[in-house]
Amino acid sequence: MTAQLIDKPSRSLPVLPAADFDFDKVSVAAASNSRLKAAVNNGVVRQDRGRVAKLAELPDSDALRSLAGDIKQHTLDYLDYYLVQLKASVELRGGHVHFAKTADDATQLILKIASDANVKSIIKSKSMVSEEIELAHSFEKAGFDVVETDLGEFIVQIDHDKPSHLVTPIIHKDLASIAELFSKYFGTPYNDDPNFLTKQARVYLRAKFRQADMGMTGGNFIVAQTGEICVVENEGNARQSVTSPRVLVSLIGIEKLVPRLDDLSVMLKLLARSATGQAMTVYTSLFTGPRPQGDTDGPEEFHLVLMDNGRSEILASEEYRETLRCIRCGACLNACPIYRSIGGHAYGSVYPGPIGALVTPLMQGLAHFSDLPKASSLCGACYDACPVKINIPKHLISLRRDMVNQNITGRFEQGVYRLWSRMLLSPGLYRTNLKLQKAMRFIAKKGFIRWTPPPASGWTKVRDIPQPAKQTFGEWWKKNR
Amino acid sequence: MQKRAALFVTCLTDQFYPRTGIAITKILEKLGWSVEFPPDQTCCGQPFYNNGFTEESARLARRFIEIFEPFDYIVTPSGSCCAMVREQFHQLFHNDAQWAPRMENVRHKTFEFVEFLTKVVKFDPATVSLPETDTFTYHYTCHLRSLGIHDEGVEFLRKIGNVDFKPMNKADQCCGFGGTFAIKYPAISGAMVQDKLDNLKATGAATTICNDAGCTMNIAGMCNRHQVKTNVTHIAEVMAKAMKIELPDI
Repeated sequence: MTAQLIDKPSRSLPVLPAADFDFDKVSVAAASNSRLKAAVNNGVVRQDRGRVAKLAELPDSDALRSLAGDIKQHTLDYLDYYLVQLKASVELRGGHVHFAKTADDATQLILKIASDANVKSIIKSKSMVSEEIELAHSFEKAGFDVVETDLGEFIVQIDHDKPSHLVTPIIHKDLASIAELFSKYFGTPYNDDPNFLTKQARVYLRAKFRQADMGMTGGNFIVAQTGEICVVENEGNARQSVTSPRVLVSLIGIEKLVPRLDDLSVMLKLLARSATGQAMTVYTSLFTGPRPQGDTDGPEEFHLVLMDNGRSEILASEEYRETLRCIRCGACLNACPIYRSIGGHAYGSVYPGPIGALVTPLMQGLAHFSDLPKASSLCGACYDACPVKINIPKHLISLRRDMVNQNITGRFEQGVYRLWSRMLLSPGLYRTNLKLQKAMRFIAKKGFIRWTPPPASGWTKVRDIPQPAKQTFGEWWKKNR
Repeated sequence: MQKRAALFVTCLTDQFYPRTGIAITKILEKLGWSVEFPPDQTCCGQPFYNNGFTEESARLARRFIEIFEPFDYIVTPSGSCCAMVREQFHQLFHNDAQWAPRMENVRHKTFEFVEFLTKVVKFDPATVSLPETDTFTYHYTCHLRSLGIHDEGVEFLRKIGNVDFKPMNKADQCCGFGGTFAIKYPAISGAMVQDKLDNLKATGAATTICNDAGCTMNIAGMCNRHQVKTNVTHIAEVMAKAMKIELPDI
């Protein structure tokens, strides 16, 4: 059964300690934080509209999304084959390939690569998978001089914060808070001119680029046939990480493969459009390993670390495998009214938003993250936005089903639903119940009820409830037809 | 022979907005249809399906199929209940040799009201007109998404005579209803319906069209709590007015 497959607490939990995660508390605080909501909405609504506009420029974006979904699904269905092919392709070009089962394995592997190569300073480009295992912290703890070179991630790093969005990590921050942070960190007077702030970071990072021994990247896609790794970005920092240091390490999730370069072109048509509403990002880098003899730039040593960390358990479930299609574009976050209301941190994981509400419980245990699949109105905006057509609402419902089957959903709640469904199986009981509920009209004022007892009190906390009509439709029909 | 349509009124419309059901009945009758109301109907099972109670929802779904399969068409005022029949019934029964064909038969003849008027009746809303000009805005109910419906409702509304349409910002963003979600997560649902209220207020429209009873209860309840004077109603009630159909005050 898939239910058993997905809920194994034995694995080391990579992100936040699950036991401390109190969704209710965090989400209530977030939903009432108007500064947070304004910052998040400003960003994501613009990106969402950009996506819609840019996709409309394509002749048939819907067909392209289907194709992209099929490509990813096919790759996942035959992942064993493509991983072997990829390993051979990378090794043919002189790179080293490592497989890491867990977050801890990946961290230890990468730390060893760095110390074996006598590395002192590391420049890191933005990567969700390294956030997943909190790699920068491990580098720091082990005594390496590590700097995040993506501007957003740099801000996260110096503020000891966490990213709240897959693509735009500091979408929860506004300009003033960044200006304050820079003033404190660099010891310069407060200045909230974005150009000034960007230049300040640029000068600081340039020096780091020049002295770094090791570059650390993720990868948006890896091409199994050629061993090429594709990284897209807008700032040029990832390209710096790939070209200037003598050692290069790319940490990538095993689900990021595509079979051929042709398939990559399909993905690239969709990724930037879906993420930021750009036809293409400013930089699209393809790299293949150590510099060939005679070349003037590129690393002397290249390591590809392919990490599992719970992915193969999702892969083993035919039902949930589809969720691994995700290309981390963030379109579902941008479109999601829940994400727009609470931001990314409330999800308690590096993967927030609708896709996070799926993969976090799947990777880290449904029991620990039982609120995430439930805290959705199932509006379907995410499915509409997804460039690889992951049916997110459907999977959220399946996780709710698993919670019922595993008794993660409380017995009392189950009892209420079962009793309610019994009542609906009998038209007589149903009609009687409608009659009885008309009693609510006695406490209504001008057609609305302002207070209800639990469990319905959640409704009247926020809004009134219309009173039942004097006559139900059924009663009207009986009298008039 | 007169064409027969069965009205699937849905539990919330039955109890809270019977005028919508009456409007649909009288509109279709005026357009030459024979409307029937199978009296044993209750619920399609959507709340159970959405909350993971697959077995309970399947039981209600089988009941729904038995009740509605004899009719030529099934018409419902609610997009989300329509989506339950058209999309989720498929999830429940596509591997069930006994029920799959019966489910397929029912799902292919179930229509949301506006969709039914447009696709089956081929009714032209430009042929009817309100007695005087009034301002309207429109909330995109989410479940129309899974039916592949987007702007059709607005286009339909705008064609009715004397409709002064006021577009709403983020019209296609969920109002925060989501069934039991609104009760379980009041803070999040509250932030969502607040956003809807702000955008709705900004249109200044006298009437907000919302073709789903659950969303209507949510938006109207929020408007009442904050004393925002707008009439939140189903398009069938506006059409009834435009077609000079009397609706009882119940």
